Amino acid sequence: MSGILLAIIGMIILALGYRFYSKFIARRIYRLDPKFQTPAHQFNDGVDFVPTRKSVLWAHHFTSIAGAAPIMGPAIAVYWGWLPAFLWVVLGTVFAAGVHDFGALFLSQRNKGLSIGTLANRLIGRRAKLLFLFIILLLLLMVVAVFAWVIASLFIDYPASVISVLIQIPLAVLIGMYFLRRGKGILIPSIIALAVMYGTAVIASYIPALQIDLVQYLGGEDATVAFGLDAVTMAFLIWMLILFAYVYVASTLPVWKLLQPRDYINAHQTFIGIAIFLLGLLFLNPEVTAPTTRSVDDVSWLPLLFITIACGAVSGFHSLVASGTSSKQLDKETDARLVGYGGAVGEGLVALISIIAVGTLFATTDDFLAAYPSFNVANEEGLGNFIEGAAQLATGLFVPEAIATTIAAVIVVSFAATTMDTGTRLMRYIISEIGREYKAFALTKKHVATSIAVGATLILVLLPEDERGLGGGGYILWPLFGTTNQLLAGIVLMLISIWLVRKGRNFLVSFIPMVFLIVMTIYALFTQLATEWWGDSLLVVLGSIVLAFALWIILEAYLLFKNERGDKLEDDQ
Amino acid sequence: MGFKDQLMRALAFYDEVLRMPHRAEIKRELRDENDIFYLLCFSEMLGLPNPVSYYTLELYPEMVEEFHDWHLRMGMEKSPIDGIRCC
Repeated sequence: MSGILLAIIGMIILALGYRFYSKFIARRIYRLDPKFQTPAHQFNDGVDFVPTRKSVLWAHHFTSIAGAAPIMGPAIAVYWGWLPAFLWVVLGTVFAAGVHDFGALFLSQRNKGLSIGTLANRLIGRRAKLLFLFIILLLLLMVVAVFAWVIASLFIDYPASVISVLIQIPLAVLIGMYFLRRGKGILIPSIIALAVMYGTAVIASYIPALQIDLVQYLGGEDATVAFGLDAVTMAFLIWMLILFAYVYVASTLPVWKLLQPRDYINAHQTFIGIAIFLLGLLFLNPEVTAPTTRSVDDVSWLPLLFITIACGAVSGFHSLVASGTSSKQLDKETDARLVGYGGAVGEGLVALISIIAVGTLFATTDDFLAAYPSFNVANEEGLGNFIEGAAQLATGLFVPEAIATTIAAVIVVSFAATTMDTGTRLMRYIISEIGREYKAFALTKKHVATSIAVGATLILVLLPEDERGLGGGGYILWPLFGTTNQLLAGIVLMLISIWLVRKGRNFLVSFIPMVFLIVMTIYALFTQLATEWWGDSLLVVLGSIVLAFALWIILEAYLLFKNERGDKLEDDQ
Repeated sequence: MGFKDQLMRALAFYDEVLRMPHRAEIKRELRDENDIFYLLCFSEMLGLPNPVSYYTLELYPEMVEEFHDWHLRMGMEKSPIDGIRCC
């Protein structure tokens, strides 16, 4: 099958979903009211509550939710063939993610722009709010751990990309100091900074002296360095420590000093990446060589497919963005359809790109099968395959492959780094909130909260040791991250369902995906706990905690339903 | 509308999108700094002795204008100070 055809089919289904299904939900289920006074107008303070044009808000919402996760999940899940991944991404986006993101945005907007945790407090109770905070904290912990591992691995595999990524930091700081601080626009300076970065990437691709290859510096792959560690492990450890030191500084500095200029540069990279990909696809028109479906012996696609692709099909993380910031900036209630549902559609498109990049990478199906021999290898090599696939498509625009690979690696690392320090920043806020709830005021201090966040994540990445040696933590955590993320999505859909039931509306649109997600996550947790994770104490403990949280919150919701029904019956009598 | 105008509009849109994620945080930081500045200027009104009150009184009209926002932010629905009747 041609890659272009697959892309077109996917886009048509997503567009139809937006055109018809989201319209149905907006009119019949959520019943958006153009006259409703949104929190942005009601509490307009010029800071958090600001009415914003819907196109700007959509673009902001989309760039906040699209990170490296919708690329990584599909790149792994292609292991079971492209069709299951494609169907889950497309149908999941239309029937689950759209309803979920749109619903979280709408619900928060109807409730004074409250965050989803506080909404849980209102709809279910205080225990639910705390459970929610802990689940979100766990989720963020895993996100940061997974992406730290991703970056360190990519730095080791693609040493030519390191210098471009590192040079971005002083460039961003310079832009912050010289332009933002003086109130000047930074669009042009950030584009120049990007040109400098890519220029460095081009030079570094051909001059080995500019490639920061720690493994070579330490004496090559077979060398043993200090503490009996081999060179690769040592390089990994060094990158980890550097990364976490960077994340600590980045998430405690005022945003204009580093994060804002860096986000500008990364946003340019997103658009360049998508443009190069689509043009390359158009020029090369590659065949999808990945098998349509594939029967494997090691890990069954049911239920793992549904947690391997989290972002891109449905992701609970989006509800945090939707309820945290976007809901406070809606100009009109009817804008929620474009921002919420449209944001999910955009993310589905990124996941689709990832499926096509990996699906068309190999010359023949046999090459694909050789590159994806087992699920473990798929987990480890998935993102690398995406980089190779994207680079191959870029060669359609006459970019030499070495340069294209380096730049693709730079883009993925930049994505992952953004996710990492946004995650750490959010974790800091949540630790502070938990501190306030339990009156442990030391936790509300910026450096205490950040130290806990960074320390816990570092332990999570470095402690578990498996046959791949130190640093296997991030890789092992990916399935658990997916599970927690989907669980959060299930709970948010549950909140939406509770609200719809209270309003006496048709709640099946959110109830059916909710049941599907909760059943799949608990099924996946059980099978993974019983078969794969048994023996790995960290995973068993974390998995059990997530499972306990899931069951607890479902119980709370069940009791609520039961009591409400009881109250209703009493009222009737 | 010419091509140049359209390009400038597209760039302005792009800039607005990129500026948005940090808009609230930067404004909040500036507001906090402003609050500290006003506290330094008008601490006498809250019962803290301040030798420069006589001079900072010149800024009083400026502060009164922003006072309403401040007490709302601090969780007080009505003005806590008798002298300022903003609401």
